[in-house]
Amino acid sequence: MAGAPAPKPASATPPPPPRSVPPPPPKPAVPAPKGSSKTIKLRIGRYRPERSAEPFYQEFTIPYRDDMVVLDALNYIKDRIDPTLAYRWSCRMGICGSCGADVEGSPKLTCALYLKDLRKSPVTIEPLANFAVLKDLIVDIEPFMEKLESVNPYIVRGDEKPIERGEYRQTPEELELYRQQSLCINCMLCYAACPVYGHDEKFLGPAASALALRYEMDSRDQGSEERLAAVATSHGIWQCTFVGECSVVCPKHVDPAGAIQQLKARAATRLMRSMLLPLSTR
Amino acid sequence: MERLAYDIVIVGGGAAGLRGAIAAAETSRALRIAIVSKVYPMRSHTVSAEGGTAAVLRDYDSFDSHGFDTVKGSDFLADQDVVEFFVRRAPGEVIQMEHWGCPWSREPDGRVAVRAFGGMSVKRTAFAADKVGFHMLHTLFQTSLKYENIERFDEWFVTQILAEGGKVAGVAALELRSGTIHAIAAKAVILSTGGAGRVYEFTTNGAIKTGDGMALAYRAGAPLKDMEFLQFHPTCLPGTGILITEAARGEGGYLVNNKGERFLKKYVPEKMELGPRDILSRSIIQEIREGRGFDGPYGHYVGLDLRHLGEEVIDRKLPMVRELSEEYAGIDPVHELIPVRPGQHYIMGGVHTDITGSTGMAGLYAAGEAACVSINGANRLGSNSLSECLVFGAEAGRSAAAYALTQGPVGSNPVTALAKAEETRIFDGLLKREGGESLADVRREMQRAMEEHVGIYRSAEALEKALSLLRELRKRFDRVGVRDKDPFFNTELTATLELDFMLDLAEVIANAALLRKESRGAHSRTDYPKRDDANFLAHSMAFRTATGPRYETKPVTITKWPPAARVY
Repeated sequence: MAGAPAPKPASATPPPPPRSVPPPPPKPAVPAPKGSSKTIKLRIGRYRPERSAEPFYQEFTIPYRDDMVVLDALNYIKDRIDPTLAYRWSCRMGICGSCGADVEGSPKLTCALYLKDLRKSPVTIEPLANFAVLKDLIVDIEPFMEKLESVNPYIVRGDEKPIERGEYRQTPEELELYRQQSLCINCMLCYAACPVYGHDEKFLGPAASALALRYEMDSRDQGSEERLAAVATSHGIWQCTFVGECSVVCPKHVDPAGAIQQLKARAATRLMRSMLLPLSTR
Repeated sequence: MERLAYDIVIVGGGAAGLRGAIAAAETSRALRIAIVSKVYPMRSHTVSAEGGTAAVLRDYDSFDSHGFDTVKGSDFLADQDVVEFFVRRAPGEVIQMEHWGCPWSREPDGRVAVRAFGGMSVKRTAFAADKVGFHMLHTLFQTSLKYENIERFDEWFVTQILAEGGKVAGVAALELRSGTIHAIAAKAVILSTGGAGRVYEFTTNGAIKTGDGMALAYRAGAPLKDMEFLQFHPTCLPGTGILITEAARGEGGYLVNNKGERFLKKYVPEKMELGPRDILSRSIIQEIREGRGFDGPYGHYVGLDLRHLGEEVIDRKLPMVRELSEEYAGIDPVHELIPVRPGQHYIMGGVHTDITGSTGMAGLYAAGEAACVSINGANRLGSNSLSECLVFGAEAGRSAAAYALTQGPVGSNPVTALAKAEETRIFDGLLKREGGESLADVRREMQRAMEEHVGIYRSAEALEKALSLLRELRKRFDRVGVRDKDPFFNTELTATLELDFMLDLAEVIANAALLRKESRGAHSRTDYPKRDDANFLAHSMAFRTATGPRYETKPVTITKWPPAARVY
């Protein structure tokens, strides 16, 4: 396998001519890769529930190139060595959130991590920590989806303005208040890094909390009361011990740890207000 | 076999599917709606759209202006009644998205901001920085959670439309995590599965864009329209095909050759970098052919220059361009040129629908990139596709809802028996195959054949070559073995189903390109370099037969803009 040509999903095609000139004969479209004689070893955590009850590791040696990301390596293995390898991916540009895995023990988007930056062989790739594994690198997302849905992640309004009367005005400064939290791609790396979620699967966790804050801080929203109640539960934001690993691993700089602290402050203020003020002024 | 039943099944959970689901849910609370998608909705490829959503939102703009720009951009192949409907509905949809929380970028006074875009004569493209598809998709998905009558089947792969007596009865779907086929009965089905970019080798499209809905409709007997028209986006990163948004030019970026010249002055002097995509892509190829491209490890390219915009504008309006350039091309656009070349980006063709989203087959609807309604004709203008997903997603949702409300209960329809046959085809047929051909090899060779022979420039000779290669690949596909024998989360099996779909579509595309003996919009024939309105001002309609596609033509609807020379 080491001598096979290196993969790349896309490649250079000879430029076609203008309309008046016939096209040149086709040439091989894949350019000779730089350093194609080099190889790299990958050690992949696998789990085949229909074959064996225990997960295991399997090693693969593949041609290496400096511009290969971890996902390219997985695709090489699936296309040319072992088509049974199971993992999720789609956009390969860091926005769909499908391709997270633990690489060398850290949760990463496999499409955005270059093998050259790891500087080692073998490279160990395992399913995201803290999630149930379904098959190979594919983990069970359902518990995460339930957490997202639990925070009322949508605009809630008492009064709806008719569409014909146009938009709700929101200044660039008001947008800036929640813009950072709106950038979450639901890749779940933060859950894989969170020690609290690691031992309490009911913990609301980083991304869902950041999503709650995103709507809390939106000038158009009037649903704060219910949303804060949904996040300030026994398995909610108070469980966070502010380790901050979630913000370290977040590929989109959403800062969920900071978001949880802001939510705690808002929930505490709401609690104080409800204790100190007469009902009529709350 | 478990039998599920819904009033409406929506296949695909991107912008068009989610918008359709919400529209149907709002039509009547009594309707039960299922979104069935092979991925979780927020993974849908809408997420990768970057630049914006076109709509008339300003006093200086008009429906006529947006309409004419769209029709001219389409090289007069768009249906003008549909375009007029589209431009009138688009502003309301952008405002609706705003009410649902979409984080649109704003003017200082708080209004939704607009930017310039290719082929649009005024600023009319609403945007949320340069992550517009991402923000629209997450807003729609999160909003859809409010509706109790919308249920989701995430990671269910629809393998077949079930029909009886020419009327939709539901779908058969493979639930990935259990590895079982289910029958889902439905009065109406909406296909919103996006495009088919993975038929090509060099594409901006994600791995999931395998044209499933188009193939499902085609196999169910519905025609595919205008499939010869594929859009090649001018600015993609060489090597990966990752898209660098047109908004980079909308905000003032330049395209330059290896002499540092803004070469578009020779091709589209009036519009320069804001010319339409088909013309810009051909201009780049021409520059490269004449030796004025840069040379790199993945072939020739030109430069996209944003340096004069400055770091502040780039970070505020084009943060994703900087992120993608740094992470995937290793360059910082604040200081360096971004290497770009044209790549497959969008398909103007798709499942034929009328203005209501109906395919003509009772109960079957389509919307978004999977459909061809048609507003895009021979070349789509950038930022019209997200608006199209909203306008026609909603319209298909309402049409399907109205239809479903007139139908009797789904209780008695025969979906279980139909899906049983599908279960046999997949588990006793495909999964047990032991052939010696490699799935990845056949797929790669199909992509190569389309890239080389059905690309930006076409000729009879090249297209015949493509068709002969595709015939051979279809035979080889029958010998593709499946090594993973476990039904459970079998991504090799789903990739086999996808390749089966794509081989159908590649054949339809190449044949349609061969039959259209003219050059129009994105379809450039070197042997027929001129537009030919006398013979080809018509849509192509492909019907499936046992011996391959059969084509008919359908007249273009012209209301107020007679075809004229397309000069920018």
